[in-house]
Amino acid sequence: MTAITAVVMPKWGLSMQEGLVSAWHVAIGEPVEQGRELCEIETSKIANVLESPASGIVRRILVEPGTTAPVGALLAVIAPAEVEEAAIDAFITGFASQRAAASSEPGGEAPAPRLVRLGDKSIRILEEGEGEPPLLFVHGFGGDLENWMFNMPELGRERRAIALDLPGHGGSSKVVTDGSIPGLALEVAATMQALGVARAHLVGHSLGGGIALALALDRPECVASLTLLAPLGLGSEIAGSFIAGVLSANRARRLRPVLEMLVHDPKLVTAEMVENVLRAKRLDGAQTALETIAAACFEGDRQRWQARARLVELRCPVQVIWGEDDRILPVAHSRDLPQAIAVHRLAGAGHLVHMEKAAEVNALIARFILACA
Amino acid sequence: MPKKTYRQAINEALRQEMERDPRVILMGEDVAGGMGSPGEDDAWGGPLGVTKGLMPRFGRERVLDTPITESAFIGAAVGAAVTGLRPVAELMFVDFFGVCFDQIFNQAAKFRYMFGGKAKTPLVIRTMYGAGFRAASQHSQCLYSIFTHIPGLKVALPSNAYDAKGLLIQAIRDDDPVIFFEHKAMYDEEAEVPDEPYTIPFGEAAVTREGDDVTIIAMGRMVNFANQVADKLAKEKIGVTVVDIRTTSPLDTETILDTAAETGRVVVVDESHPRCSVASDIAALIAQEAFEHLKAPVKMVTAPHAPVPFSPALEDLYIPSPQKIEAAVREVLAFSARA
Amino acid sequence: MQLSRDELLHAYRLMRTIRAFEDRVHEEFQAGNIPGFVHLYAGEEASAVGFCMHLKEGDYIASTHRGHGHCIAKGCDVRAMMAEIFGKKDGLCGGKGGSMHIADLEKGMMGANGIVGGGPPLVCGAALTAKTLKTGGVAIAFVGDGGSNQGTTLESYNLAKVWNLPAIFVIEDNGYAESTASSWAVAGSQVGRAAGFGIPGYEVDGHDFFAVWDVAREVIERARMGGGPSLVHVRFSRYYGHFEGDAMTYRGKDEVPRLMAERDCLKLFRNRVLEAALLDAAELDRIDREVAELIDRATAEAKAAPMPSEADLLTDVYVSYH
Repeated sequence: MTAITAVVMPKWGLSMQEGLVSAWHVAIGEPVEQGRELCEIETSKIANVLESPASGIVRRILVEPGTTAPVGALLAVIAPAEVEEAAIDAFITGFASQRAAASSEPGGEAPAPRLVRLGDKSIRILEEGEGEPPLLFVHGFGGDLENWMFNMPELGRERRAIALDLPGHGGSSKVVTDGSIPGLALEVAATMQALGVARAHLVGHSLGGGIALALALDRPECVASLTLLAPLGLGSEIAGSFIAGVLSANRARRLRPVLEMLVHDPKLVTAEMVENVLRAKRLDGAQTALETIAAACFEGDRQRWQARARLVELRCPVQVIWGEDDRILPVAHSRDLPQAIAVHRLAGAGHLVHMEKAAEVNALIARFILACA
Repeated sequence: MPKKTYRQAINEALRQEMERDPRVILMGEDVAGGMGSPGEDDAWGGPLGVTKGLMPRFGRERVLDTPITESAFIGAAVGAAVTGLRPVAELMFVDFFGVCFDQIFNQAAKFRYMFGGKAKTPLVIRTMYGAGFRAASQHSQCLYSIFTHIPGLKVALPSNAYDAKGLLIQAIRDDDPVIFFEHKAMYDEEAEVPDEPYTIPFGEAAVTREGDDVTIIAMGRMVNFANQVADKLAKEKIGVTVVDIRTTSPLDTETILDTAAETGRVVVVDESHPRCSVASDIAALIAQEAFEHLKAPVKMVTAPHAPVPFSPALEDLYIPSPQKIEAAVREVLAFSARA
Repeated sequence: MQLSRDELLHAYRLMRTIRAFEDRVHEEFQAGNIPGFVHLYAGEEASAVGFCMHLKEGDYIASTHRGHGHCIAKGCDVRAMMAEIFGKKDGLCGGKGGSMHIADLEKGMMGANGIVGGGPPLVCGAALTAKTLKTGGVAIAFVGDGGSNQGTTLESYNLAKVWNLPAIFVIEDNGYAESTASSWAVAGSQVGRAAGFGIPGYEVDGHDFFAVWDVAREVIERARMGGGPSLVHVRFSRYYGHFEGDAMTYRGKDEVPRLMAERDCLKLFRNRVLEAALLDAAELDRIDREVAELIDRATAEAKAAPMPSEADLLTDVYVSYH
């Protein structure tokens, strides 16, 4: 039975309740590798491909294209050729009854974010899964913990996974001390302490990558491993127009082209995603906080904080992942790093590599963490 | 993110702004209720319960019940605003503006200009509008076009709970007089509303749907109807852009003209009467500024040039419906200019 | 009487300034130098001065069409006022308000008002601000006999009473609302109306500065102490028409000359202080000369001042508008 794998409607983001399967890229009977694009899924917020959770044969497709299904619903079944048809049918029946039982249980719902108090400030976090030390996800400039919507559910299955909103972002307090990368790293360390997390596998993207790196340099005891996704601090250039655009655009139509700079495929930037960034910017104090961080971290097309020369000090395992088409931070920043650092450059991805190539990034992180242990 | 009703969103905006700024006060008929009565205090919390709980929280000194005397208390709100408070006055139904309009359009709206830029009148007048309540001719009108006509006033009409909170906080912090229109049929409608305070700047329309074939410009409750139509037509592969103008003054002419030009086919939806209306204003704007992009005449869907009727049978015919909006969209789509 | 010498001199100077200002505006209007509508306060000076002398910074007044006197009594700059009436950029309101909308909120002057009965609700608001912020301030609505019949005024009595506001309603009854006699147009009496709302009411001879000053002190003190609103019915006369250009054919023959000779507030004041030897004539004459010079200078400056330009047309509609 364990050889049978369910393909279910994923939960991409806190508010996703259901999704539309708009097209299948595979047919029944077709062999697939893990990570193969199975189908297109659309919600009011995002459109993305669902990648295969396992290798095997597509044995059943249970949802017609154009059908909307709730999160967690069974979309397809993958199993090796030798599994019998009757076993597949039994699996489907069993899945349905398990699901019915789970949905009637309290606490069977998706995890909700909560606030962690840090003195007079609060940091919003989202937590799921079990297994120490946890993964800690740190998003980039102007982002929030929902940026990990394609990664948390997958990686949180095997281990405790925590995502936080940086100060000034998302649902966290809009008080930013100095806005510098080392300053923000201290706040992340304080959040870990408040959560009782002594050590974590840090996964940081962009600004969050710089913060994770700063934390590994300044508080090595807190860091079990470091996954840096297109991080700050490894080169001097940055597309200042992106930062300026995020700060100045107050309308969806102005912000959209700015956010499209983040991705290889602009389709990933939906109206709702743009609206969510606008909504975050409208919260009292958010604009000032972003301006403070931008002023502390950037000067036009230059980054102020540099860590390349200090990479040799790192004592934990480090991997760097970069989208080949990154228009915010050049992929060249991933070159000529110390030997010990594993570098992965992914084609067909921009700056938001963990969203655009979620399956590959998830696999890289999972394997990396496993190797660390 | 927590879901809240339009009513809760407005209540939360008032509470948060009153907590933030002691100069913010509330006044109006029965905003608490029970003043001088033997029964409960805060008996009503506003005629539809929108301000419930604010008087117990802030006291009678900051949540003032008034006699039924719109001229005096709206005027007092104006006088208080120009002398240092930031009053939020509730004009229960906008239909009642007839007994206090002087205080709004001759006094509040004009102080800054008449006094050579030396006056600030940070006043908000919250008021209920709109048909659908079987409330007949004197409790159902829209009338925002009349306020939009007056230089010196700003006019906001949120179409959902999220906008209601952000636009109301903006209105309270704004240094100019703002007329804030609340549709009485939307108080129970829910949306995701952040717990934290936030502002939505005036004069920035929201594009709530995006499509390539037709642009619907809508306001207030009509935005929801337009969205329904857009979603329905999307299933037929008809792409409809819906623009929620959010404020009629200032008006986001940029978004209106951009979206009109993109599709070249425009329907303007306004629950108000058609003559000298926000709809006719927008139609004229598009005709003047985007004529070369138009592939069909601009179509307006509005209530008729008649008072709001009482009988449910008549009132249902009176209000612009999703069906009428859909028909108008199909009409502009079908239009082709004769050679 | 508890007025000091300085206060007496100040009162006289204010009343004289109003008179000289209004006489000059009258002349300039007749000469065709002033555009629009002007309504003059000459003859009524004791009321504005008698009340405003008790007011402090942070107290507010709202006025009527006939607002120049209230402005001067509340401390508005006379030269900027004259420039405003001439429609000049240097005017108190940049030339955008004119005679009917002169205001200076920094001085607590909420504006002359082009709408009859426009002021009382606003004054309830200013009084509410004082009460809410506990400033100890009061607010006075000056209302004409015409304005006393407006619903806004009567509603304001009610609101001021039920909210117990530090508001004072001064009904300046010069006998005529435009051309219509107040004896005909006002049903009942002003103090009777006040009584109907449970508000203390007073009637006072507005030609007599000292009588006005006494009543004003009492009602303002009551308001300051939290005792709520009062109403004062001031009876007096205006020397000029309802507006400049009004031929006053509705007035009695010799009515105005007789009033000027027998009941003029400045003359009565002068006689009283000289008889009681509180001030000497030379001091008063010197004030007359200084005021005349001030008005001459204000008028000359106003005439010479630049007009607003097209760039001013669309400024100050909003604090901000995008």
